[in-house]
Amino acid sequence: MNMPFYVAPEQVMKDRADYARKGIARGRSLVAFQFDGGIAICAENTSSTLRKISEIYDRIAFAGVGKYNEFDQLRIAGVRHADMKGYAFSREDVDARSLANQYAQSLGQIFTHEMKPMEVEILVAEVGFAEDGSQDQLFHILYDGTVMDEDSAVVLGGETDVISERLGTFKKIPTLKDGLTRVVAALAGPDRELFAASLEVGVLQRSEPRRAFRRLDDEAVASILGS
Amino acid sequence: MNLPLFRVQDDPGPDFSQLLARSGFAPPVQTGGSLAPEMYRHGTTCVAIRYVDGVLLAGDRRATSGHLISHRTIEKVFPADNHSGVAIAGAAGPAVEMVRLFQLQLEHYEKVEGTALSLEGKANQLSQMIRANLPAAMQGLAVVPIFAGYDVKRNEGRLFEFDVTGGRYEEADHASTGSGSLHAGTVIKLGFRRDLAEADVVRLAVEALYEAADEDSATGGPDPVRGIFPVVATISADGYQRIGDAELRDVTAAIIDSRREN
Repeated sequence: MNMPFYVAPEQVMKDRADYARKGIARGRSLVAFQFDGGIAICAENTSSTLRKISEIYDRIAFAGVGKYNEFDQLRIAGVRHADMKGYAFSREDVDARSLANQYAQSLGQIFTHEMKPMEVEILVAEVGFAEDGSQDQLFHILYDGTVMDEDSAVVLGGETDVISERLGTFKKIPTLKDGLTRVVAALAGPDRELFAASLEVGVLQRSEPRRAFRRLDDEAVASILGS
Repeated sequence: MNLPLFRVQDDPGPDFSQLLARSGFAPPVQTGGSLAPEMYRHGTTCVAIRYVDGVLLAGDRRATSGHLISHRTIEKVFPADNHSGVAIAGAAGPAVEMVRLFQLQLEHYEKVEGTALSLEGKANQLSQMIRANLPAAMQGLAVVPIFAGYDVKRNEGRLFEFDVTGGRYEEADHASTGSGSLHAGTVIKLGFRRDLAEADVVRLAVEALYEAADEDSATGGPDPVRGIFPVVATISADGYQRIGDAELRDVTAAIIDSRREN
């Protein structure tokens, strides 16, 4: 009888993490940040049909980087979870924290029990009603189920360290124009420029009474960045 | 409630009722027995009229249980999404639940697919939901809605009537449903013109419900004493908009004035 080779659990986990990270690093990054009217999410995405940023529920948005089919599967599962919860209980009972925990559980389970981890990093953002943004929530969830509760701004993707450094920290909550200009510069880096056609921008607008998510089309993005 | 992840072959797609069925949340189907009319609430007269900017939906505010008035301020006209609305007549409980599911269904589809259903698609969806309610309708719990919306592809208002079997019938100009529909429909038929402006169509709809309430005990008339007026909503290129009670108070006062015998 053949005995399987012994592989230390540390090694298994490390290999899986490396595999997931490599997959994530192949795609482009995205940044979510608070602005004075809500939360904006900006991704580098040359496709205008395959989305990285989308609506989950009234005040909750989703964004993913890495392997498209995998984060899209998670996005749909999130929409289903939120819609069913709102149907079974009430719309106000649907919240980002509970959804982020569900994502974390599933990703953690897949990371340890499946053949291959998911090559994704996802963001669950919820815009609160408080004018000062104190109720806003940004949950950053990694391929292995690690959840991080972020303030004011978060970078997802392969080159997070470089982009975070270029972005720095916002001293006070910026306007959409200031925030977006800085985020786009950080995503682009010193050697190139990014234009509206290769950006995908979604906004959770605080003042909306119900469905707060809206997409900014290329024209709107160009006018925000341009003038 | 856990994260609903499905294997590819079991995936319910963008269909919310399928998702509910697969997750054990499907509402029970009514089988056997029948309920006496006084055991549940019943909502009645609703109308829909096309006008130059789109389409109008209106409904009275009365719910009855048998011969008793069980609710004076029930609402039977709802937005389905930004550019469509639904008005219901029939058993109030199943009807309101159907509207809630229908609204969710449209929003769910839009979010999962990333694009909204066509107006025709929405009407068909509602038709399937009415068809699924047929066993309950056979026990007396019938739901007969009107669906109206602004077709953003054709740039016009459209309206659809249904019967209890889910039959879907597009109407060119106006539609009415519920026990007062015969009277309301006649008023609309006489007052309808192709070039009705918003103010005219609101007046015509309120007048139709007024006359229906005059003849039908299950339809509630406007109640200026309590400040209860019909629910009236317009759906145009700008979306679904409910007409405020202040405006309806004036319209009602004008109608009552015109009926006064000196």
